[in-house]
Amino acid sequence: MIYGISYVALAFFLLFVGLVLGLSFYLGRKTKSAASYYAAGGRIHWSVNGIAFAGDYLSAASFLGICGMIAVSGFDGFLYAIGFLAGWIVALFLIAEPFKKLGKFTFTDALNSKFNSRAISLSASISTLIISIFYLIPQMVGAGDLVTPLLGLPHWVGVLLVGLIVILIVATAGMNSTTYVQFLKGSLLIILSTILTVYILKNGFTLTPHHENQKYHSFVELVPEMNGNEVVNVNGWEVLDQIDVKGKQFLQLRKDGKVRWFDLVKEHQHYKLKEALSITKTNDGMILFNGEPQANGNFYQVGHLSKIVMDGKEVEETGPVGPLEYLSIIEKSELVRFTNVKFDHQGQDVSLFYQNVTSGKAFMLPGLKYKIGKGAGIWSKLDFISLMLALFLGTAALPHILIRYYTVKSSRDARKSTILAIAAIGAFYILTLFMGLGAAVNGVLDVESSNMAAPLLARAFGVILFSMISAVAFATVLGTVAGLIVASSGAIAHDFMDVYLRKNLKDEAKVRAGKIAAFAVGIFAIVLGMAFKGMNVSFLVGWAFAIAASANLPAILFLLFWKKTSPTGIAASILVGITASLAIILTSPTMWERYGLDRAKAIHQLENPALISFPLAVLTIYILSLLYPKKEKFSLQKEEKTETAFT
Amino acid sequence: MNHHIVTDSESDPASGKKARLGIKFFFIYLFCYAGFVAIGVTNYELLAVEVFRGINLAIFYGIGLIVFAVLLGILYNILCSRYEDKMKEEDNV
Repeated sequence: MIYGISYVALAFFLLFVGLVLGLSFYLGRKTKSAASYYAAGGRIHWSVNGIAFAGDYLSAASFLGICGMIAVSGFDGFLYAIGFLAGWIVALFLIAEPFKKLGKFTFTDALNSKFNSRAISLSASISTLIISIFYLIPQMVGAGDLVTPLLGLPHWVGVLLVGLIVILIVATAGMNSTTYVQFLKGSLLIILSTILTVYILKNGFTLTPHHENQKYHSFVELVPEMNGNEVVNVNGWEVLDQIDVKGKQFLQLRKDGKVRWFDLVKEHQHYKLKEALSITKTNDGMILFNGEPQANGNFYQVGHLSKIVMDGKEVEETGPVGPLEYLSIIEKSELVRFTNVKFDHQGQDVSLFYQNVTSGKAFMLPGLKYKIGKGAGIWSKLDFISLMLALFLGTAALPHILIRYYTVKSSRDARKSTILAIAAIGAFYILTLFMGLGAAVNGVLDVESSNMAAPLLARAFGVILFSMISAVAFATVLGTVAGLIVASSGAIAHDFMDVYLRKNLKDEAKVRAGKIAAFAVGIFAIVLGMAFKGMNVSFLVGWAFAIAASANLPAILFLLFWKKTSPTGIAASILVGITASLAIILTSPTMWERYGLDRAKAIHQLENPALISFPLAVLTIYILSLLYPKKEKFSLQKEEKTETAFT
Repeated sequence: MNHHIVTDSESDPASGKKARLGIKFFFIYLFCYAGFVAIGVTNYELLAVEVFRGINLAIFYGIGLIVFAVLLGILYNILCSRYEDKMKEEDNV
């Protein structure tokens, strides 16, 4: 997509990033001890922590990814919002308080609090690291997407920028500053999303979504002369080629020396040629947008309604509407989505985005991404169940969320924080539905990346709103990445070096080791962020949830609720959960495509592993705890300490 | 070698009661959540049925699950706080 630099947006962006960095440095000066670095000394007020929880959780996946997926795939994107929030139920009702009572620095310490087992230290630190890295990838991808319209810079520059800023924040501060950054960001995100939703409702619907500072492209429709199924002539255009891609016919036409692609469709027994968008990589390495160099600016933002039905009548525009009316009108109307096909044409790589007229009814139901309706195969149904399972079980097992329980004083505060977080996150997710749908019909979508749906929608409504939303979204990524890097550095410096390797580090040395680890993880995240460019960030986060649900949750639940849980069982279940989920992800159709292979020929058709990997980890911990019971000394400790959540 | 952070480490006599309540609430919510997934997989067409002011069951159920989570959380906090206060009072007596 082609974006011009907005200097107002840039000014706001710099101001906000400066504020975040300033806050981090200021609070960082107070960070001297390890407790302060990793868990803010356990002194954060529950209400601040609750909103910071929301700030932590409402990562790029929520703000950029869910809005983007709703804009492109309708209700299927909202499934993520439902699942992400439902996961908090597990956290609140089963984990929050008993986990807080274990009173440790990191997830690994908590898991190991009764056993002091090196095997647990090793396996839990590996799992923390892998989950954090899988969660980091989408944040970095989102960061890259964000700077493209904001600063007019390439994707990789955005990834690099975020990586370096976050390394600086984490290396200078730690958990104390990330809590206040997350609090600030969480509050602003909810306020700005509410404002954007009010704009959407006030704007209503129109067939021609022009905006004050942004005119919508009028897509060309041509009538071809046909001979059977073949186009022989198009008035005013030169027919260059007609090709078949997976059963669809596409035409390459030329006019005034410019080459364009069209989609051949048959409507009411008549053929039509509908304008498509194309990105072509030529033999000499040039990239053409709609047959022209990028600088010509002839590549458009998309997404509009082709029919609006209000109160049973077709209308051209509606004027302001209420929230329920908004949902109801979309359901009865018809919208135009842009579907992507890729093919090789005369040795050139062509990526085509053609108009796909979709009924509002289909858009407001699951099925455009996860096929579960009539005729859906068993794999797609299993995939849907697996995704919903991962989202439900993953939240409570994310290490960077778990460590936030240690930043408040008491378990009562941990509970209150969690409830405030659920309320804030729930309200935000309802807003994402309107923001995603608003982006789908307001001609703002970038076909190259769905992640920018919400910020681009804000841009259509005004540059100030856009600049503020972009700045907050950028801070969202900064804050989440910072939290994840703190969790990862804790896993390496504390769990692995100090506990597993028994280096017996002093407090200052531990903080220094944490900062070095943060630097290494940050560099790795930058590289992965560049490698996964173009993927929807919610989809990527779904994987992190699945790994967390499989590797960590069985261990946490058994430790808290089953007295016979043994250290061998815990360590083995973590390793089985990681291995099984990673193996399924790395052989999934999406990864097959990333390797340059045919996704249809992947070993299996399951995108999300939780349905298999979670039960496997549960079975492992159960069987191995029975086969290798804990030693007598642990049983005696039980009498002295709080053993399960029921005592 | 494990390290404790600064926490309020006083014993909590209400913890067992709270844990049992949490499990009950968890299963109530799980039932509702699983119901949504089950309808999607087994009776997909039902999700398209209009249930409230032109809104289909899918949207109604989805938003309902979000709102229900918040309400259930608030109720849980009220009940847990009540257990804690009651236990504290009994201890003081």
